[in-house]
Amino acid sequence: MNLEQDQAEQTIDEIVASLGDTVGETRVENPKMSATGVDVFYADKQAIYGVDLDIANNEVIAMIGPSGCGKSTLLRCLNRMNDTIPICRVTGELTLDGEDIYNKDTDPVLLRARVGMVFQKPNPFPKSIYENVAYGPRLHGLSRNKADLDDIVVTSLRKAGIYNEVKDRLDAPGTGLSGGQQQRLCIARTIACSPEVILMDEPCSALDPIATAKIEELIDELRENYAIAIVTHSMQQAARVSQRTAYFHLGKLVEVGDTDTIFTNPSHELTENYITGRFG
Amino acid sequence: MKKFTHEGHTAHQFDIELNDVKHKVMNMGGLVESMVHDGLEALLTMNAELGAKVSLDDKKANQFELDIDEDCTRILARRQPAASDLRLVITIIKTITDLERIGDEAEKLGRIGVKLANERDIPHYYKDLRHLGDHVKSMLREALDAFTRMDVEAAFRTAAKDEAIDMEYSNISRLLITHMMENPGHVSHALDMNWCARSLERIGDHACNICEYVIYLVEGEDVRHANLDEMRKRLL
Repeated sequence: MNLEQDQAEQTIDEIVASLGDTVGETRVENPKMSATGVDVFYADKQAIYGVDLDIANNEVIAMIGPSGCGKSTLLRCLNRMNDTIPICRVTGELTLDGEDIYNKDTDPVLLRARVGMVFQKPNPFPKSIYENVAYGPRLHGLSRNKADLDDIVVTSLRKAGIYNEVKDRLDAPGTGLSGGQQQRLCIARTIACSPEVILMDEPCSALDPIATAKIEELIDELRENYAIAIVTHSMQQAARVSQRTAYFHLGKLVEVGDTDTIFTNPSHELTENYITGRFG
Repeated sequence: MKKFTHEGHTAHQFDIELNDVKHKVMNMGGLVESMVHDGLEALLTMNAELGAKVSLDDKKANQFELDIDEDCTRILARRQPAASDLRLVITIIKTITDLERIGDEAEKLGRIGVKLANERDIPHYYKDLRHLGDHVKSMLREALDAFTRMDVEAAFRTAAKDEAIDMEYSNISRLLITHMMENPGHVSHALDMNWCARSLERIGDHACNICEYVIYLVEGEDVRHANLDEMRKRLL
């Protein structure tokens, strides 16, 4: 590595160090998930710096920040999706109900049933609507017989607010639905595994405003039964759906607080600048 | 204390829009300030012409309120401002309501000036309003300065003056009651004068409101109906 690169890297570290400690209360009472001193590296490059953050039950927490700020990386740590990236290394502590999810005894497949994920682009399996939802419960042995499975599929589709639109064509391919319907199908597929936490990585960025409104309405309903963490580039969406908001910058959690406060009177200058559309 | 700016948006046009609307508020504030000055002069010098001018100016102030409201509505709809930008727009919407009311009170002073110009045997104690009027005028000017400079310290200082104005008004009221009892022939004039004193006192209240909005704008703390001394200790 030549000197120039070395200096450039030092500068980034210096900038990160200058961001200081997280502003606001990172902890909640009875956290569902908890991150403590989490660092994430992609090979030599550090993507997340010492993040402390709790996710509470019956709460939507929005993670916002400019591209490359580490919000999606942190989200992916929460159900070990980063395991699939060989160069990715996670240190620090991440717990679900107080148990370390990076413990070597933790089965990531089971973890991902408890901590479900919805992605940016709707990604239904190339199977029928029914099979899309039934796949998870069958894999995890959540049903004893066909009637049980039918029940799970119908309940999940109902909870995802899509049942009435697809009840007459459960055998039709999931990929034939509209974008918004596909995304709700993916949410139904996640719900079918009886998760406790649902992670959403920009779940509406590929959807039109009406489909977005339906998903947001759904998120609000799901909050009654799940802990939800959502990464979004739309600040208005974060303001609409979340109770707490976390602002990330260059891999650091800069500020976390009530969404009401973050959007009317944030404490950190960087949060203020991001939320009001002032960048560098 | 937080530093406050409404510039530096990536969307430069947004800076321009906020600047424009803020300048309109400052212009409206200037107009209203001159209306208070003219209204008071019209009253004290019984100048019908000046009184009529205040009435005309009031129409301009009303138009300002409509224009600025429309600008703010458009900004809310198109920009969906957040944080300090949101507080700026809210502050402006509230400030212009108070400015418009100040205009109305100034117009009342002018109207009574017009009325007096056509009357005789006017009691000398009208001149007593001069002191209260000057006091209120300076408070209004300081409130508008605090708004223009987004100066929290000045806003606190100015808001604190409202108490003295309230006191002065109640003294004038008491004095007028005595005059009315001593000289029943002057009741009508004394009542008019009490209305004028009341208008001036209300202008002080509106100026105080504007100071509270400035504090909210810069600090994000709603200090209306609060103990200003405690707030001052906490914020400054």
